[in-house]
Amino acid sequence: MRNAFADEVAKLGREDTRLVLLSGDIGNKLFDAFKEHAPARFLNCGVAEANMMSVAAGMALSGLRPVVYTITPFTTTRCFEQIRVDACYHAAPVIIVGTGAGLSYAELGPTHHSLEDMAILRTLPGMSVVAPCDEVELRLLLRAALAHDGPVYIRIGKKGEPVIHKARPRLALGRSVTVREGQDACLISTGTIMPEALRAADLLAGQGLSVRVESFHTVKPLDEGRLAEIFGEYAVVAVVEEHSRLGGLGGSIAEWKARQTGKLGTLLAFGVEDTFMHEIGSQEYARRRFGLTAENFATQVQTALRRS
Amino acid sequence: MTVAAARLPTPELARLARETRARVIENAHRTQTPHLGSCLSCVDILIAAYFHSLRLDPSNPRASQRDRFILSKGHAAPALFQVLALRGFYPLALLDDYGKDGSLFAEHPPTPDRLPGIEAATGSLGHGVPMGLGMALAGRIRREGYNVVALSSDGECNEGSIWEAAMLAAAQKMDRLCVVIDFNRWQATGRTEEITGLAPLAEKWRAFGWSTREADGHDLDELAKLLSAVPDGSGRPVAIIAHTVKGKGVSFMEDDNNWHYRIPKADEVDAAKKELGVAA
Repeated sequence: MRNAFADEVAKLGREDTRLVLLSGDIGNKLFDAFKEHAPARFLNCGVAEANMMSVAAGMALSGLRPVVYTITPFTTTRCFEQIRVDACYHAAPVIIVGTGAGLSYAELGPTHHSLEDMAILRTLPGMSVVAPCDEVELRLLLRAALAHDGPVYIRIGKKGEPVIHKARPRLALGRSVTVREGQDACLISTGTIMPEALRAADLLAGQGLSVRVESFHTVKPLDEGRLAEIFGEYAVVAVVEEHSRLGGLGGSIAEWKARQTGKLGTLLAFGVEDTFMHEIGSQEYARRRFGLTAENFATQVQTALRRS
Repeated sequence: MTVAAARLPTPELARLARETRARVIENAHRTQTPHLGSCLSCVDILIAAYFHSLRLDPSNPRASQRDRFILSKGHAAPALFQVLALRGFYPLALLDDYGKDGSLFAEHPPTPDRLPGIEAATGSLGHGVPMGLGMALAGRIRREGYNVVALSSDGECNEGSIWEAAMLAAAQKMDRLCVVIDFNRWQATGRTEEITGLAPLAEKWRAFGWSTREADGHDLDELAKLLSAVPDGSGRPVAIIAHTVKGKGVSFMEDDNNWHYRIPKADEVDAAKKELGVAA
């Protein structure tokens, strides 16, 4: 995914001379193509993320379109106040890209996990929060973010994630994409956990259940029209995200649901429990540890369907 | 009309500085708002910048080639608001709303889209210098040739982000970026030297790679000359360590940190104006 980001940002840098790329001393060779074409528009800001974010806001207020890139916790929690004041309060069009979202860097320990980024950033007025499920969505969302007149946070994985969209989907900020149709239940997924959601749908298909899978790549602004349609149609709706269960997509949808009247489907929310993972392990291990597996999704959806 | 520096002669700058001080003191009393000491210590810097050195066009406040001035020590906004009005960015009468419900004039600058002349909504310390660096970098990338002046303070130098920006600016040889330190030796609750061991401040900026000058922060002639000499030919960003007196201009406020928060009473406003030689 990060290679796709580097490739797309290099393309966009050729098309749009306002684009500047700011890196927090990572991606050594990753941005060679960008640097080769536009050396003056690449800036390694060093390991100083607070300054990098303010610099980006200053650039955005001076007619440029900065893209800020580093590892997710350092481009979100580390410099939250700079995002809040300099980017959001000023409505500065800064694109913030966090690589290694969720448990992508499980083996590096909780300093490098990112399980609260969407929750905190979506509280900021004017901020858009997006988590593409694959490189196809990433490329399209990056373009959409560049065309958007306000700050956007894009949460991406690391490398080697599978491609979900075989064909180029119609995609806009704030509009979810249907990945698979189904009648019995709906799985709503955001970010790179999507393959597990699709595998859960496969497992349920093996039990004779037809399950719709929806990619909610945009967590804010929430696609409320699509939610109303989904919760009106399905008895069970399960939200899947590699993020804390507090305040992410599941939390946003629960807030939305609490504001609705009338009969709506049951909400199941899968995410990481409210804890730090002290032990070491791969991303797969970490996902299993927190029940972020197709098997668990499928079992719980089946149970909920029986009760509905 | 294009951007231009006002280049007013020093006696005229001195008159404007006295008027600004009187207005700031009256405003603090009328609106019962604090930070008087911090405002008075930087009035001369603001006047030298706006009425001598900065290339601006108040009738076109967003002119792309204008010099940018950022009040990184945002709590001195009451002084900046007066100076911007006197410079013609908006009518002085607009300031009658200061502190009223629904007013734009809070104790810190609003966002640039709300008030002509404002470049950044500061108030949280440690933001203005890094944002100014971003604006200076943008000016270089876009080849616009403007300067960026950020007014900081010794107290604000507590913030690590100031030093992050200082390192990157030096590495990038941002010679169109100038940081002025209003060095009044106080912060909200004590002496800056006692709280963070700031000395030697000028040496610190020098060591960080900045072309560093020390100046009397109340000598309008000296300030005007230094601010007009950016870039200074060194190829490096410019730091001006302006030695100031908190509460400058009013004998009973000078170097008395109670005036960081204290609000002047009516008779104190009159006494201050008398000292400043401004009619009541």
